[in-house]
Amino acid sequence: MRDSAGTTVSLVYLARLREALGAATERIEAPPHVNTVGSLRAWLAARGGVWATELAPGRAVRVAVNHDLADADTPIAAGDEVAIFPPVTGG
Amino acid sequence: MPVRVQTEDFDVGRELSALRDGDPSIGAVAAFVGTVRDVNADASVTSMTLEHYAGMTEKALDAIVTEAKTRWSVAQALVIHRVGPLKPADQIVLVGVTSAHRGDAFAACEFIMDYLKTRAPFWKKEETPSGTRWVEARASDDDAAARWQSPTKPAP
Repeated sequence: MRDSAGTTVSLVYLARLREALGAATERIEAPPHVNTVGSLRAWLAARGGVWATELAPGRAVRVAVNHDLADADTPIAAGDEVAIFPPVTGG
Repeated sequence: MPVRVQTEDFDVGRELSALRDGDPSIGAVAAFVGTVRDVNADASVTSMTLEHYAGMTEKALDAIVTEAKTRWSVAQALVIHRVGPLKPADQIVLVGVTSAHRGDAFAACEFIMDYLKTRAPFWKKEETPSGTRWVEARASDDDAAARWQSPTKPAP
């Protein structure tokens, strides 16, 4: 469901990115053109400051949509949970 | 449950016995145990904390185990990964695989670890004498996972 008010998406920030961005979760109203992981990342980076630094093209950032690893072309729809995090280091 | 995320330690012997469960069709048990080292990137590590993305972690591990079972002849597979505070020499992760033959067990065990290292949402934060730092991902881990994506599988 998408309308002119935009797309409501839940964002989750994890590990080093959570600390660097100073946020663990937020709900956003994404404008209609923000409909993929790549466009969401660029839209968040346009906030400037630490957002621009951490989410700049070339920075190693991983994204999961609804708990599945995603790439820049993965679509984003209303109600999705989008997690943004650094490369994983478990094991 | 073939996949567990927990703060508590685990008993490798007990877990592998349970995995085998006396099944006489199993001829091979391969296991990997990852443990906390006291040094990383030229600094001594006094403790670490493992963070994960609750909700995604078990789903990601399940997917890795399922993929291993499609690639090799696996009877049972188990992944236990700890989260929370850990000290040097503590156990972090256990991967156990049973199969009729060792080739499948070795390969599936290594595959699960390589994919876990690059796809399961865990992050390590280390305490060192000069402060706290997030562990950086290694390119060698990406290389290790990429081996399994070649058209000709390196394993039997």
